[in-house]
Amino acid sequence: MAESVIPARRSWYSPGAILNAVREARRYPILPLIIMFLVLIIPAIFADLIVPHDPIASDLSHRLEPPAWVGPKVVTKTVVDQRQDRRVELTLEDARNLKVGTAVGQTPSLSGDLAVGDTVEIIERPGGAWNRPLGTDKLGRDLLSRIIKGAQISLLVSVVVIAISGVIGTVLGIMASYFGGWVDYLISRIIDVAMALPVILIALVLVVVVGPGLKVLVIVITGVLWSRYARLVRGEPLSIMSQDFINLARVAGSSHLYVMARHVFPNVFNSLIVLATLQVGYVIIIESALSFIGVGIPRPTPSWGSIVADGRDLIIQAAWWVSLFPGLAIVLTVLSVNLVGDWLRDRLDPRLRQI
Amino acid sequence: MQRYILIRVLQAIFVLFAVSIIVFALARASGNPLILMLPLDAEPEAFEILAEHWGLDQPYHIQYWRFISNAVQGDFGDSFKWPGHTAIGLVSTRLVASLQLILTALILAAIMAVVLGVITAAAKDTPLDFVGKIFALMGQSAPNFWIGIMLIWIFGVELGLLPTSGRGGISHMILPVITIGWFEVAAIMRLVRSSMLDTMDSEYVKLARIKGVSERKIIWKHCLRNAAIAPLTYFGVIAGALITGSVIVETVFAWPGIGLLAIQAVLARDLQVVQAVAMVFAVGFVGLNLIVDILYAYLDPRIRYG
Repeated sequence: MAESVIPARRSWYSPGAILNAVREARRYPILPLIIMFLVLIIPAIFADLIVPHDPIASDLSHRLEPPAWVGPKVVTKTVVDQRQDRRVELTLEDARNLKVGTAVGQTPSLSGDLAVGDTVEIIERPGGAWNRPLGTDKLGRDLLSRIIKGAQISLLVSVVVIAISGVIGTVLGIMASYFGGWVDYLISRIIDVAMALPVILIALVLVVVVGPGLKVLVIVITGVLWSRYARLVRGEPLSIMSQDFINLARVAGSSHLYVMARHVFPNVFNSLIVLATLQVGYVIIIESALSFIGVGIPRPTPSWGSIVADGRDLIIQAAWWVSLFPGLAIVLTVLSVNLVGDWLRDRLDPRLRQI
Repeated sequence: MQRYILIRVLQAIFVLFAVSIIVFALARASGNPLILMLPLDAEPEAFEILAEHWGLDQPYHIQYWRFISNAVQGDFGDSFKWPGHTAIGLVSTRLVASLQLILTALILAAIMAVVLGVITAAAKDTPLDFVGKIFALMGQSAPNFWIGIMLIWIFGVELGLLPTSGRGGISHMILPVITIGWFEVAAIMRLVRSSMLDTMDSEYVKLARIKGVSERKIIWKHCLRNAAIAPLTYFGVIAGALITGSVIVETVFAWPGIGLLAIQAVLARDLQVVQAVAMVFAVGFVGLNLIVDILYAYLDPRIRYG
């Protein structure tokens, strides 16, 4: 008779246990989940509690401040009689009128004895400060606060759009494959039409008709997005339909509605979850693109897309931060959501590789 | 096969017909264009004369009939905003500019994506594969308008190397083409990679290896040929992304293409041009999908008899 081996008790802090925990954690998309919460979900839910400044009210005394780690931009200019190149020269009169805070150190200009030929170091742009870590926009609004507030729009739009189009798409998709025949044909053609509509153009026209707003945005994106669910769901139950339990349920006297809800729907649920997750990124990009061209969320409510648009003209003035940071927020969010979606797909429904 | 093609063509025509109704209705709903065309103090008679001239006083079904029967002949009427131009004339000049951009991006993207997809598949789980993955993930996560602005900042403003707006020589095309193409490269290359991996696992590739065919020949000849089918179906989706993308990228780079025209026309309530642009978009999308479907059926017999 073999001796029973009693496994050595390992405490939770032993090296082996920690290594195991790390190995276990690596199987989950921890980093993408953390980024998703940090950039999208937490800012969106707690926006009004955590914004350091008012994201909408302008503060002209802080216009176009760079991010905190960027120092002041100092330019050395020569005092001349006739100014030719305004980037490196200034007239005597201008130099005499320099105010404290725009010139570096104790320059001759501030004491008054300034002559042609002297050089003055001028602060063209003040440096950043840590109370506005990402800098400010043209109206002096704190960029960090606007990006935090913008997360709200992104999350709201994607959740609402995906919920509505998911329901419409699922119902129509299941109906198409369950009933087949002319119902399937009709729904399939509607799907084709919805997919052929140019989203941006429809959005443009609708905005001219009823004015920009959250409702129009949701309607436009939903109008196109539902077709993807319908197509996925319609293709999916074709294999389920031929299985015996569907017919048995009908024979047992279940109604069409009951069979669809109770027997077909659970079989497509995993695919739906995967598609919904993968679409969050798509919706966020479409929403920001529409806001970027001015047919999304109307100003002054910040949306990531419209903040990037705010910074577009400032790029020429080398004020890069206004466009850079909201764009990074979009990239990080979409990237992390997509990685989580990929993971879910591999877990729940590896057949969906093509999406 | 002929039957299959016939059915698909009929379906495409139906889709275009339905889209035309939606476009017509939306264009009418965008408000009275005469308000923008006439001065603020115009007499009511002026409205009537102009409405009659443009046929806007007719009932909607007659207006629609006139629109659709002219549209199939390629006539979308005269532009409201740009006098002396026909809507289709405006659209076709702008379309040339757009196609120049889109086709360049698409061709370069397809070549790059296939090369990158094959290389990363062959180098699976190496650092090279990892770099390729990052490149693809970035392309699929970064919105194109933002990529465009960042490129303008880096290459136009900071380095001063490339022009940032308008249409001109080849140098004007570099930044817009990268902006449009990155997403396409990313999307196609991921598909090529995964279908390459599937084929590299198959029996006939093993046989080729046993026979002593060189690895290079196996990958570029035997595998690629079969792996190319799967990404092809994706071209329909890419067509949609290209159309949407062109509007945005043309706005960012002030490229005088059909996307920019669309925005200008909607803002000027130029019904005729809006209708023409929307129908050209829809024809492009439906047509490309149709071609893809037929090609796919040709390449994969299971589809046409399925």
